[in-house]
Amino acid sequence: MHEWALAEGVVNTALEIAQNKNLREVKTLLLKVGEIQQIDLEIFDFALKELSKDTILENAEIKYENFTAYLLCNFCGHKWAFYESFNQLNEEEKEAIHFVPETIHVYIKCPKCGSPDFEITEGRGVFIEDVL
Amino acid sequence: MKLIDPRLSVIEKRLENVKRIIPVASGKGGVGKSIISALLALLLKEKNYKIGLLDLDLYGPSLHILLNNQHSFPKEEYGLKPVNINNIDFMSIIYFTQNKPLIMRGKELTDTLIELFTITRWNSLDFLIIDMPPGMGEILLDLIRLINRLEFLIVTNSTKIAMETVEKLIIFLKDQNIPIIGLIENMKIGDQDFVKEKCNSLGINYLGKISFYHKLEDYYGDNKEIINSPISEEISQIVNFFV
Repeated sequence: MHEWALAEGVVNTALEIAQNKNLREVKTLLLKVGEIQQIDLEIFDFALKELSKDTILENAEIKYENFTAYLLCNFCGHKWAFYESFNQLNEEEKEAIHFVPETIHVYIKCPKCGSPDFEITEGRGVFIEDVL
Repeated sequence: MKLIDPRLSVIEKRLENVKRIIPVASGKGGVGKSIISALLALLLKEKNYKIGLLDLDLYGPSLHILLNNQHSFPKEEYGLKPVNINNIDFMSIIYFTQNKPLIMRGKELTDTLIELFTITRWNSLDFLIIDMPPGMGEILLDLIRLINRLEFLIVTNSTKIAMETVEKLIIFLKDQNIPIIGLIENMKIGDQDFVKEKCNSLGINYLGKISFYHKLEDYYGDNKEIINSPISEEISQIVNFFV
């Protein structure tokens, strides 16, 4: 149910943006959802709709763009996609990364040189792309 | 439009039922911030205050050792509820790392801190005590950036080497107009007064001293024993300064 905590942030922030744009009603909410956080979109969508009730977000169409996560090794420069390492994780490790994506450094190493010193270049978590 | 991180909007809300937020900081490592954070939490709880304890030493979390709790997991409830340890609400990165090394660089420290504050649903608290990491980098700067009602408790030991760094933290906090409750002189050996004098010259409260206890390690993990130890008696007097 971590999705509810993030959904709350999205609703609050979207309402702030809508207010700053002087929108009377939000028609579209554009979200980018990174792979690493492994958001359950069904729960997330439900939470967003529940939390948007009785606000100008209530009737907005929520569009999700999933984006592939990439990792770049600071030690050897190798770049790889998160999904290449995903299957080696057990459920407990996946859950830890779901809650705190940076714990990826505990459970994943560069497939080329074995270093945990890499950066997440794309696809970490949830971002608002636009409120229309 | 630039991509916007939605998490920042809920951090203050997550803390709205927390009356006072006290980071225990030093700038210098090894001066006893963690033991003082844990003892403050235990002593304030004994006085029937509702206490939260957050370990923000992301590279070297240790409060779980002092509280003897490594194998619990925060309960999921629209986010995560802190682990309840003898009526202290406790949160630490340790619950997500299986006690393995967490290696990361600057921006990711920031993201970890933001994530922890976003997902943690603190109960109603009188005090949230935060065990800070050494240094004056991301965790300190982000905490100050994101939470605007911090009251710092500064810890040093009796050495000039530690005070050299601690002084810089104090100067920084004062320059930024961030409240400082005062300074605790920990592991006091000898009877020199230079730390007290330094506090006077820096214009902050010298809250008191805690003696150096050779047998302190014997109390770790036993919350009942540690609360009755001589070190608790000394900290108890200091607690009265800010309660």
